Amino acid sequence: MSRDNLAFVRSHMLPEAPPPVAETGAVKWLRENLFSSVGNTLLTLVSAYVVVRILFGVAPWFFNGIWDSPSLSACREMLDGRTGACFAVLTERWNQLLFGFKYPPDLYWRPTLAFVLLFVAAAPVLFMKYLPRQMLIFTGLYPFIAFWLIWGGSIMVPIFALLGVLLGAFVYWRTLTISAGVAVLAGIVAALVFWWASRLVTAPLGDVLALQPVVSRDLGGFMVNMLLGVVCVSLSLPFGIMLALGRQSRMPIIKWICVVFIEFIRGVPLITLLFVANVVLAYFLPPGTTFDLILRVIIMITMFSSAYIAEVIRGGLAALPRGQYEAADSLGLDYAQSMQLIILPQALKISIPGIVNVAVGLFKDTTLVSIISMFDIVGMIRGPILASTEWNGVYWELFGFACLLFFIVCYGISQYSQWLERELRTDHR
Amino acid sequence: MKKTVFLGALTVAGLAAGASAAATLDDVKARGKLNCGVTTGLVGFAAPDANGVWEGFDVALCRAVAAAVLGDANAVEFVPTTGKTRFTALASGEIDLLARNTTWTFSRDTDLKFDFVGINYYDGQGFLVPKALGVSSAKELDGATVCIQTGTTTELNLADFFRANNISYEPVPIETNAEGQQQYLAGACDSYTTDASGLASTRAAFENPGDHVILPEIISKEPLGPLVRHGDNDWGDIVRWTLNALITAEELGVTSANVNELASAPGSNPEINRLLGTEGNLGEMISLDSDWAKRAIASVGNYGEVFEKNIGEKTPIGLSRGLNAQWTDGGLLYSPPFR
Repeated sequence: MSRDNLAFVRSHMLPEAPPPVAETGAVKWLRENLFSSVGNTLLTLVSAYVVVRILFGVAPWFFNGIWDSPSLSACREMLDGRTGACFAVLTERWNQLLFGFKYPPDLYWRPTLAFVLLFVAAAPVLFMKYLPRQMLIFTGLYPFIAFWLIWGGSIMVPIFALLGVLLGAFVYWRTLTISAGVAVLAGIVAALVFWWASRLVTAPLGDVLALQPVVSRDLGGFMVNMLLGVVCVSLSLPFGIMLALGRQSRMPIIKWICVVFIEFIRGVPLITLLFVANVVLAYFLPPGTTFDLILRVIIMITMFSSAYIAEVIRGGLAALPRGQYEAADSLGLDYAQSMQLIILPQALKISIPGIVNVAVGLFKDTTLVSIISMFDIVGMIRGPILASTEWNGVYWELFGFACLLFFIVCYGISQYSQWLERELRTDHR
Repeated sequence: MKKTVFLGALTVAGLAAGASAAATLDDVKARGKLNCGVTTGLVGFAAPDANGVWEGFDVALCRAVAAAVLGDANAVEFVPTTGKTRFTALASGEIDLLARNTTWTFSRDTDLKFDFVGINYYDGQGFLVPKALGVSSAKELDGATVCIQTGTTTELNLADFFRANNISYEPVPIETNAEGQQQYLAGACDSYTTDASGLASTRAAFENPGDHVILPEIISKEPLGPLVRHGDNDWGDIVRWTLNALITAEELGVTSANVNELASAPGSNPEINRLLGTEGNLGEMISLDSDWAKRAIASVGNYGEVFEKNIGEKTPIGLSRGLNAQWTDGGLLYSPPFR
């Protein structure tokens, strides 16, 4: 067979051709993901229609929005019949939404500063590997600084509170050789005695470095939600761990106390606990005693969420193979060491999604305090703002704004927890 | 056994509360502030403004009492209460006075151990309909759909009214006033019913309030008034007569503008003189000084001024006086004489 018999012989390589249009880029993606079959094509068209309708409905409402107006009726005049939001309520009542209506306006910098410092204090705990450990000292001081900034008053109060904690920790450390239980008790008693005694000292020193005091009743807005959320989540974690361990304890009294506490709290709706905090306690306390309402609410929400966190952690403990416990025992570790070094690190890692779930739920539950006449952000919206003659009738803008704030925080928490799970993954999947 | 302990504790707490309640006036004076329970926010009746200053019809009464007792209309600590927390706040002594558009009923007055000291607003259940419906009386609402809050007395009143008039209706149950507003505007019901003052403020928030009318029929009695705890009649008297002073002041033509002038010297009308303390010793009888009523009127104005400023026809809420006019104008306001 000679060359001449052949009709055509390619003598050189063809240049690389691009793939067919239908098999590349956006078109391919569309074909594969949106129009791969008749059914999917139909669904795509229907969804596209719905999305476009929503967009066309919302876009003019959003972009026509009025940002500067003294009242809803003025907004409507400016819109002159067009659809449009009245975001002016957000700009006019901005401070009320964030700080409540009674926090002194010239002191807004104090909670704002406390909020900024919160990130500084939380960072070394959240990103332990990447930041110097010395920053944890600031984290330890932060609760006292934040208290002083938000509530004001003499700096002596938080300082003596801090000293009490340090004294308690010292007593705990010194008595630890006797027994862990005795040490905890001794530490708590020492701190309480110190606090009780320190009242005599702080009272005459009321003016030392005093910031203008603000009473709890004057706190409001999103600040209350953040405050309750941060305090209750961070308190309920240690309590939850203790309850979870207590429930697994071999000592019957401790075990039953924990079981009864957890089951009772989980069997009661949060809102009834809040009513107890607000209403029923007032009957039992002697008249004239003012037991701070926010403190009552913090105690109730912390009790509530620590019961839930305890159950989540118990799930983590139960998921560990029995061999881990036995390994810890065979190494000769005592109970505290084995929990600290072997069991809890693994159990807590397993429990992260559950803990975050509780934390996010708890943060959103803080809006329930609006029902016991505290002015958190929802209380502010439902009460003073919607009841003002200027803004009666604005719903979407206000509640949308509240949703946005909560979404930002909750989505942030959720993203962090996913990052943490990846970070702590030690198996090689 | 446990129950006994619980009840015992309650009794002790109750006794202690009662003991402290016996001298509310002294407590208020010692504290320098009046603790006044108000709503967490109701258009026209009580709400803080953009600067956080409480304003409204009920708020004015708190301020008047504070002015009478303490001499300063701003010496009030407003304690916001919800419908669920208001009575315990008063019973536990957290507040000295509840001015929170609370309906005076038999059981609240007797069983809950409170004293209603008067009525500052006569409310009643009404109907809101679109003008386009062409209805001028509630009796023409035969076969209409009506938006109604469930679990309230308004629901029962509605059923009574339609049965008494032998006409039919179809209820559209709703949960809150905001929901009712939305449902009504969306056309889910022909008519929306709740307290007339609530209807007025709801309508004021509409985009086109002029397209809706409140029908003239009022089908229930909702006398709203301030209340205090049982057991301290002296304090109850002070609140009662402060309210009466505001009402009497309107009847006698004493306003915040002319009260200082009228109180400077005894005038020709002896009742004005007694009210403002230029004659007699009425203030002394309720353990206050002779200027108490003058201060109350000077700080918030008489009843008519308070009404016009907060909920009257010139405000967006636009309530007419109706039943809340003086008895001389065909209303129900009738203060006992100052004598």
